[in-house]
Amino acid sequence: MSTTLDGRIALPADEAIVLHRSYWQATLHFCRREPLGAVGAVLVLIIAITGLSAELIAPYSPTANDFAAMTEAPSWTHWLGTDQFGRDLLSRIIYGARTALIVGLTSAIVGGFAGLVLGVASAYFGGRLDLVFQRIFDVVMAFPLIIMALAVVAIFGTGVHNVIVAITIPLIPRCARVVRSSALAIREIPYVDAARACGYSHSRIILRHMVPNVMAPFLIMLTAFVGQAILAEASLSYLGLGVQEPTPAWGLMLQGGAEEYASTAPWIAIFPGLAIALTVFGVSLFGDALRDVLDPKLRER
Amino acid sequence: MRSALLAACIGAVLATGPAAADTGETMPKRGGTLTYMIPADAPPSLDGHREGTFAMLHALAPFYSVLMRVNPENPSDTTQFVCDLCTAIPKPTDDGKTYTFKIRTGVKFHDGSPLTAADVAASWHKIIFPPPGVLSARQDWWSVVDSVEAPDTTTVVFRLKFATTTFLPSLADPFAFIYSKAILDKDVRWYEQHVMGSGPFKFVALDIGQSMKGERNPDYYHKGKPYLDGFIGIFADKQVVRVEAIHSGRAAMEFRGLPPSAINDLQRELGDKVKVQTHDWNCGNVVTPNQRRKPFDDVRVRRALLLAVDQWNGAPALSKIANVRTVGGIVFPGSPLAATKEELQKLAGFWPDIEKSRAEARRLLKEAGQENLQLELLNRNVDQPYKYVGTWLVDQWSKIGVRATQRVQPTGPWLQAMRTGDFDVVVEANCNSVVNPVLDTHKYLPRVRSPVNYGGYNDPELIEIYEKMLSEGDFDRQRALMRQYEARIIDTMADEFPMLWWYRMIPERSFVHGWKIGPSHFINQDLSNIWLDEGQNG
Repeated sequence: MSTTLDGRIALPADEAIVLHRSYWQATLHFCRREPLGAVGAVLVLIIAITGLSAELIAPYSPTANDFAAMTEAPSWTHWLGTDQFGRDLLSRIIYGARTALIVGLTSAIVGGFAGLVLGVASAYFGGRLDLVFQRIFDVVMAFPLIIMALAVVAIFGTGVHNVIVAITIPLIPRCARVVRSSALAIREIPYVDAARACGYSHSRIILRHMVPNVMAPFLIMLTAFVGQAILAEASLSYLGLGVQEPTPAWGLMLQGGAEEYASTAPWIAIFPGLAIALTVFGVSLFGDALRDVLDPKLRER
Repeated sequence: MRSALLAACIGAVLATGPAAADTGETMPKRGGTLTYMIPADAPPSLDGHREGTFAMLHALAPFYSVLMRVNPENPSDTTQFVCDLCTAIPKPTDDGKTYTFKIRTGVKFHDGSPLTAADVAASWHKIIFPPPGVLSARQDWWSVVDSVEAPDTTTVVFRLKFATTTFLPSLADPFAFIYSKAILDKDVRWYEQHVMGSGPFKFVALDIGQSMKGERNPDYYHKGKPYLDGFIGIFADKQVVRVEAIHSGRAAMEFRGLPPSAINDLQRELGDKVKVQTHDWNCGNVVTPNQRRKPFDDVRVRRALLLAVDQWNGAPALSKIANVRTVGGIVFPGSPLAATKEELQKLAGFWPDIEKSRAEARRLLKEAGQENLQLELLNRNVDQPYKYVGTWLVDQWSKIGVRATQRVQPTGPWLQAMRTGDFDVVVEANCNSVVNPVLDTHKYLPRVRSPVNYGGYNDPELIEIYEKMLSEGDFDRQRALMRQYEARIIDTMADEFPMLWWYRMIPERSFVHGWKIGPSHFINQDLSNIWLDEGQNG
């Protein structure tokens, strides 16, 4: 691999061929090369479609109490059973996918992109700015994600929006730190000097010449963040600090009735737990496969 | 007529008496440490006069004495009073306007200083006439009191403005801790953050959010008591934690109450290693709209919210999963002053035909221009029954098109939000100790009279009805005034909505003896009667 004067990376001939594949061919190639990643991608896709079309596919309202059907076992009427309020668990899990995706994707995307810009800027400018940013990141990263999120929720309060903020903040330095290390190497490549010599602005150099070249580690981080954010949301809701009843959310469904009826109505806990596990599993498989495809070192193996 | 009222009260309380499991007790044994669960995260403060929550009382009551109390040997009968610091329950003089108490001698505070009538009078003075900036949660109960004096070291005299049957029972308030006058004189708010009493146990440690520890007071004035060497109260707001603690033997009991599912699980898994005591509960949820916020200043909107709720069908269903049971008005349903079912069904929110009720609710919302009303329901982070009732209410309101979300807060922030008016509608509770219906309903008075009213309304007419009821000696007339008072709060103004009365189910490991259930989780909480038969442990 070499670098051209305009800043684009010149790929070896065989990789260049890959760029000319159609989407279908690329997808097929990905599935053949990373079958587990493909399974992950399918899982994520199913969950995304489920969340997006909840109104169409959920058999019942996720919040409607039905006292004639309290803690009913799975049956043809209620495929996954009902909870202590007689609410259909399948419908709550379907709508819960939406909550998980909204929180997971929003936190990961906002946190990831903020980290991307800060990480690249920190590497590009260096000096005191870099020093200050890195020390701030050190402080934030000294706390585990869930502890940091707990602190933020304690300050701002509960609710979907605050949960997104709470999860986004600790993700920013995690992304920025990884991106910075890649950007530091890119900063030393002559095309950045060339861009400076051409009189391009800092923002143009950062956004058009550096950011595209750190996309590989960034995308890998992003997929990891989605899984982490979904887990963090579930944890916060389980602790009573995330979204609140009666909003359908998987972590919240594991709280209260799930604990209280664990021995007599275990399905109240099993199915939301399964939904969380499958989603995080799917996102992790997909993220691992993406890393294998995008990381040049792993690609050569 | 007063004796008729008393007899009726006793009859009613006996009728709703305890279903106790603990019989055939033997001689109490000394020793051991009782570990029990407190279903809250932390007490909002340590001052009994200021607070009205079990989160404080279950942790602090063992450290303090009170003037008089409900008989701990028979707490089910909350008309049977015995002395704690006094030597005899006095007969009123001066046409029922003066009560003179003689105070025990030889009582010491835990710091070794003597407790005299001056301390009793100073404590009651703080409760009844708190200085500016000091909150006294039940201050209005004693609005009839003209003065509290200690003419000598063994005498306390309460002088009333007029005679009332509500006064003597009110002195058995379990929150009315007796504090040291010397400390109050230095800093009247000292007790909000410190502990120093004269009760059966001495303070050892408070780990905020974790536990309260106490040790036996060897100088306790009730000779031979307490039986325990000490106690540990563990704070745990999650029900599953408390149930598991009792199940595993980590804790022996909790005093507030568990729902049927948890009780059934414990009984199934522990068999005869656990006992259960049950009782109707002088405690019920109350839903309060904040009239300082629009559109809840509009009676049509408040009335619509009330009319949407189907309590008659909700109570039997919710009683299977939560510790609620009875539909009632503002008075404890076991009391002769409570509304009958027929009387209740005339009030908004209690109509027998829920479809008619909801149709009227929709009409009112439309008329008020609030067809798409959205609101945030503030609730307390206590599973039973707050969060269950809150989730049920959100569903009930959805049936008239109201979209509600919940904001669940720990006890401290929940109280703070209510006190500062930072809410749309709140799920709170009216929990009382001694069944004393007129005073129990003082909570519904506007805040100018009741510091624990958070509705943000003022209603001179309501206060006038209450005043008449307070001084009324004739039971029938008092009952008629109570109906008028209740109708104004619920039906006319929809200021606050009583929302299902609770049912107490207390599990205790079989080696715990001596504690008896009553209609309130506030009474009989000083732990002095409890003893352990460690041989039955495990």
